[in-house]
Amino acid sequence: MGYDVLVCIKRVPAPGARINLTDDEQEIDTRHLGFTMSPHDECAVEEAVRIVAEHGGSSTVLCLGPPEADEQVRQAISMGIDHGVLLAIDEIDWDPQATASAISDTIASLASEGTTYDLVLFGNESPDAGNYQVGVRVAHRLALPIIAGIKGIDFTDDGVGEGERQRAGGRGSIRVRRQVTDGFELYELPLPAAVAVKEGLNLPRYPAIKGRMRARKAQVRGFEPQAEPGGLRKVRLRQPREQKTETVVLGHGPEAATAVVDLFEELGLM
Amino acid sequence: MSAAHVTGPALLAFVEHESGVVDETGLELVSAGRAIAEDLGAVLHAIVIGPGAETALERLGAYGAAHAHVVAHPDLAAYAPAAYAESIIQLMGTHEAVGVLASGTEKGNEVLAHVAARTDLPMAANCTEVAAADGAPWALTRLRWGGSLLEDAELDASTKLATLAPHAFQAAEVNGAGIGGVTSAASRGAGIGGVRASAASRGAGIETVAATEFQPELDGASTAVHVVDHEPSGGGVSLASAPVVISGGRGVGSAEGFAVLEELAGLLEGAVGCSRVATNNGWRSHSDQVGQTGTKIAPQLYVACGISGATQHWVGCKDSKNILAINTDQEAPLVTRGNYAVIGSLQEVLPAIVDEVRRRKGA
Ligand SMILES: Cc1cc2nc3c(=O)[nH]c(=O)nc-3n(C[C@H](O)[C@H](O)[C@H](O)COP(=O)(O)OP(=O)(O)OC[C@H]3O[C@@H](n4cnc5c(N)ncnc54)[C@H](O)[C@@H]3O)c2cc1C
Repeated sequence: MGYDVLVCIKRVPAPGARINLTDDEQEIDTRHLGFTMSPHDECAVEEAVRIVAEHGGSSTVLCLGPPEADEQVRQAISMGIDHGVLLAIDEIDWDPQATASAISDTIASLASEGTTYDLVLFGNESPDAGNYQVGVRVAHRLALPIIAGIKGIDFTDDGVGEGERQRAGGRGSIRVRRQVTDGFELYELPLPAAVAVKEGLNLPRYPAIKGRMRARKAQVRGFEPQAEPGGLRKVRLRQPREQKTETVVLGHGPEAATAVVDLFEELGLM
Repeated sequence: MSAAHVTGPALLAFVEHESGVVDETGLELVSAGRAIAEDLGAVLHAIVIGPGAETALERLGAYGAAHAHVVAHPDLAAYAPAAYAESIIQLMGTHEAVGVLASGTEKGNEVLAHVAARTDLPMAANCTEVAAADGAPWALTRLRWGGSLLEDAELDASTKLATLAPHAFQAAEVNGAGIGGVTSAASRGAGIGGVRASAASRGAGIETVAATEFQPELDGASTAVHVVDHEPSGGGVSLASAPVVISGGRGVGSAEGFAVLEELAGLLEGAVGCSRVATNNGWRSHSDQVGQTGTKIAPQLYVACGISGATQHWVGCKDSKNILAINTDQEAPLVTRGNYAVIGSLQEVLPAIVDEVRRRKGA
């Protein structure tokens, strides 16, 4: 019964107002930063937990990243994900081709052990690298249909039991929603499928104490992927040129209202 | 078709259109594509797909496309990313493509990612600069952290795939401003209107833009995922196009606290925005969120109330023409980076502003 859902997540730093770089200009200086999973990924995790709560089945989180990304895998487990897989690498991340091949190889090797997934979820893009392609590459390697930019997922065969689905010769399908300028586009994907989701899909939960306890004790399965570098090579990171602005303080407290409304008038907003 | 003048290596540009209308981002792509093609000694071919594509051709010549491919197939009536990609790949094959460009939009990035996946070629997303030379890796710059950082990178592949960040390149007509336009010639050959410069409105030396119809071979796997339905949106003042956005963050304190922001936005016919903290606390829907994972906006005035100005918020509002921060902390980044500031509690400042607006409006 139910659906087996895999969620792929990335560990990213949570920088403040300015992002500082390391001296070699290769990475951002994370010495004073916290880390989190990418916001789109967090929504994917939440969705997996909801799908399994509603329909049954199981959820697994998979992360490729430095050994410290164990923290994000456990964060997902604390939110209600059942199983964790960490593909530990020596770097912060790999280029998108190497990342995708490591993830798809892992999914394929799990399949050879008999573990398969009805739905593979990705975040639409990672906030730090913004490559927009890992999910699509993984899906293609695994011959799964995929659609990106999704803000709503519905199982169209709601109420149909596993037996009935199998007799019908498939595992059902999903209907997904994607926001466009003038509304939403709807797509239908036969399962098994992959979907890259965006923030706005749902409101991710805060882990409860019980979840955090469970996450601390959970077994996280490790894989050591082989790097297969692709053709996009980072040379260096740099700060964009920023225009200096002189801030005009219009006043303190409610007395500033007159000056503010003068500004509205000046800008033609009244 | 008369593609004889379009010889040599090709640089392909996948140009998006909405029922035949190419927006500014698409024109930027064609303009930038022409410059890159020149550096490569290549010819720029535009690819347009889907219903209305023939109409989309009209402006492409003026902005620098030498040739256009109109991809026609019954399975391409609705957007289908993998099938779009498959069509582009088939054109790559028949035209010795040295590169394929697309806009760094949701669809542009998605379609090119499918091209990249199917060909196992590298792809650089959201480039802001591209230095291309024939037979060498491309040196490019791309957005990181939504534009808070830039990455200089090298793209090395037999065929280079890159998307261009919206508004990083300028759209310019090839022959300078004021050119009347390219008109669709009478139906030619396969029934597609070839787009050619009309002699009356164009200066000398502009190439004729010929359009060729291309019918790809598509299989079920590439056409499986396509738009099956469309739900129109509700209307109202949209965050993305409002002239003024009144936005609230943690400082607002509660969902109810947004009432005064709503009131001010209503008086100024603007929209209400928010930071991710407001979204995560369930005070506002995600569709109001401004920032890297929310909406990017560029209103005449952005009023940020109780928002600190973290980098992920800043990339969403930095293109505003004017920024006014209302914050208790005069060191908050949005205060120091904005054009105007009011130091104080928004719960006291906003009602006073609302009163003053009402007084002047005589309401
Ligand atoms: C990968 C990633 C993506 C993200 N994407 C986004 C995004 O798209 N959009 C976004 O907004 N954030 C995003 N964030 C979150 C971002 O990092 C910040 O956490 C968030 O923007 C902070 O929101 P805030 O300014 O409302 O809250 P805070 O940073 O807590 O700031 C609150 C501000 O309110 C002021 N204040 C408090 N009380 C009052 C009062 N009574 N009157 C006036 N001022 C008051 C304080 O002085 C302070 O400056 C993202 C984070 C990550 C890691």
